[in-house]
Amino acid sequence: MSDDHGSVFDGLIDGDLGGDSSQWAFGTGFEDPLAGVDTTVPAGTDPAELAAYCLMLGDDALIMSQRLAEWCSRAPDLEEDIALANIALDLLGQARLLLARAAAADPGAVPVLPEGSPVPAEDALAFFREAGAFRNVRLAEVPNGDFAHAVVRLLLFSVARLALLERLRGSADAVLAAVAGKGVKEVAYHRDWAGRWFLTLAQGTEESRRRLVTALDALWPLLDELVTAHPVEVSVARAGAGVDPASLRGEVDAVLDQVLAVSGVDRPDRPPLAGVAGRTGRHGTHTEAFGLLLAEMQVVARAHPNGRW
Amino acid sequence: MTTTPAEPDMEGLQEAFDATIARNDRIEPRDWMPDAYRRTLVRQIAQHAHSEIIGMQPEGAWIGRAPSLRRKAILLAKVQDEAGHGLYLYSACETLGVSRAELTELLLAGRQKYSSIFNYPTLSYADVGTIGWLVDGAAICNQVPLCRTSYGPYGRAMIRICKEESFHQRQGYELLMTMMRGTDAQREMVQESVDRFWWPSLMMFGPPDAQSTNTERSMAWGVKRNSNDELRQKFVDMTVPQAEALGVTLPDPELRWNEERGHYDFGEPDWDEFAAVIRGDGPCNAQRLAHRRAAHEDGAWVREAATAFAERSAGEAAR
Repeated sequence: MSDDHGSVFDGLIDGDLGGDSSQWAFGTGFEDPLAGVDTTVPAGTDPAELAAYCLMLGDDALIMSQRLAEWCSRAPDLEEDIALANIALDLLGQARLLLARAAAADPGAVPVLPEGSPVPAEDALAFFREAGAFRNVRLAEVPNGDFAHAVVRLLLFSVARLALLERLRGSADAVLAAVAGKGVKEVAYHRDWAGRWFLTLAQGTEESRRRLVTALDALWPLLDELVTAHPVEVSVARAGAGVDPASLRGEVDAVLDQVLAVSGVDRPDRPPLAGVAGRTGRHGTHTEAFGLLLAEMQVVARAHPNGRW
Repeated sequence: MTTTPAEPDMEGLQEAFDATIARNDRIEPRDWMPDAYRRTLVRQIAQHAHSEIIGMQPEGAWIGRAPSLRRKAILLAKVQDEAGHGLYLYSACETLGVSRAELTELLLAGRQKYSSIFNYPTLSYADVGTIGWLVDGAAICNQVPLCRTSYGPYGRAMIRICKEESFHQRQGYELLMTMMRGTDAQREMVQESVDRFWWPSLMMFGPPDAQSTNTERSMAWGVKRNSNDELRQKFVDMTVPQAEALGVTLPDPELRWNEERGHYDFGEPDWDEFAAVIRGDGPCNAQRLAHRRAAHEDGAWVREAATAFAERSAGEAAR
């Protein structure tokens, strides 16, 4: 289905994307994202913890995608509009697989809908959970700002996510390993796109540099959450199915230092954004803006709990 | 500019141009063409490109609210395709010597138009399906003949675009079909959406032939291949059986099969409403342009930064 219009943007965007249609229109052509995949939970991994872990990675991708998609028809030029939509589509594809994986590992994690509801598990998770049940980092959810804000957010996010996915390819869970294998190629492109724009804005005009530094200062305090471990992450990592994000801190720092050095931008000296009594996004404690994001995202689905789409 | 002889043989050039048109061959960017032909093409291609870009807004507004993750992916990919179509068409227009930046300025100044249909609001998720089915369906009827248009770059862009548009139309129809198999509330949503979009879709083919100022010359030049009324009829004939299969009613009491003509008879769209929308007085004209202007102005500093960075990099490479 998606193949017959998949190679359309060849040559319009950077070569990184190649002709692989699944990279940009991923997940548009089939109903069950895990059809035919072995979803047996690996021995030694707690199914509920595996589900919670999948929600963490899946919610990061879903909420980032939601914010990126807000750029649609608003980007500085058509090429960036297309690139941002591409990235949003990649992350949405990752989110679908991870949410479906969470539901398969622990059906108890899926909100209960009226009897006979045809809503699939991935949608029940995306559209019928309350804010407190979402496990994404707060970096993903803060409201959009200017284009510099989008570039910086994506840089921080994709540097950490790429480091994570590279290691997750070795997961004991076959689904996570497969998601990571595909995701690495996608997120490598996202990181590259963000890195190139970071450099361009840093060395473009005075105004672009000022805006970039402002965005970097504003978002830097949210970076720490991506490399701080929640107990579920530690436990799933110990079982061989996940990655302890704290172990990525050195690599993430090194990559960001490299980008900052090449761009001639100082590393911000800002402490991590406080949580509430130590609780942050991974615990389900979010920012004020998150409720509004969910209100928009969930409004149609919730009005039709028995709806077919 | 290529060097031209001191006294170009205008008659010879015109004859060669006319012969190419008569043979149904393509005119290419380097071929001589009459100024009026060039102007007509720029007007038509630019209008088409602007329609793709403005057309991102009514559907794009629902990406954030798409009720399933699969529909969100489909819609986002579709709106992204429209940006891609805009790109091809602006590129085709650039072969005629007008830049994308100039065309954008003309759009924002209200000096070039876009399809009237995008000045109607999208009010429910069913509108995403209806736009795919009716609006993209009407666009396909308009555009398939343009694959054979006399200007090469335009015709080639249209071949790619039509392929994707027909994919979008099927996706839109499939959404409506799925919703019709859902709840009563969803079926009502679909019918209400079709009621709102039916007449504006018929208006997409432009005014009746008797009032169309541009049709005759465009057809003589092979820029346009069918008249507005012919295409409108074709669209109605194609759509009525699809509406029946879907289980929706098209809001036209005069709609019925005419055995003698071998076509459906149908009522007259409200041409006063059409004229008002074209004039700029539709429900969303101001909103659509304001959105486009805001995106363009908000992005100015980014485009300037990219240009400055590219110039600096080129300068460093040269040293």
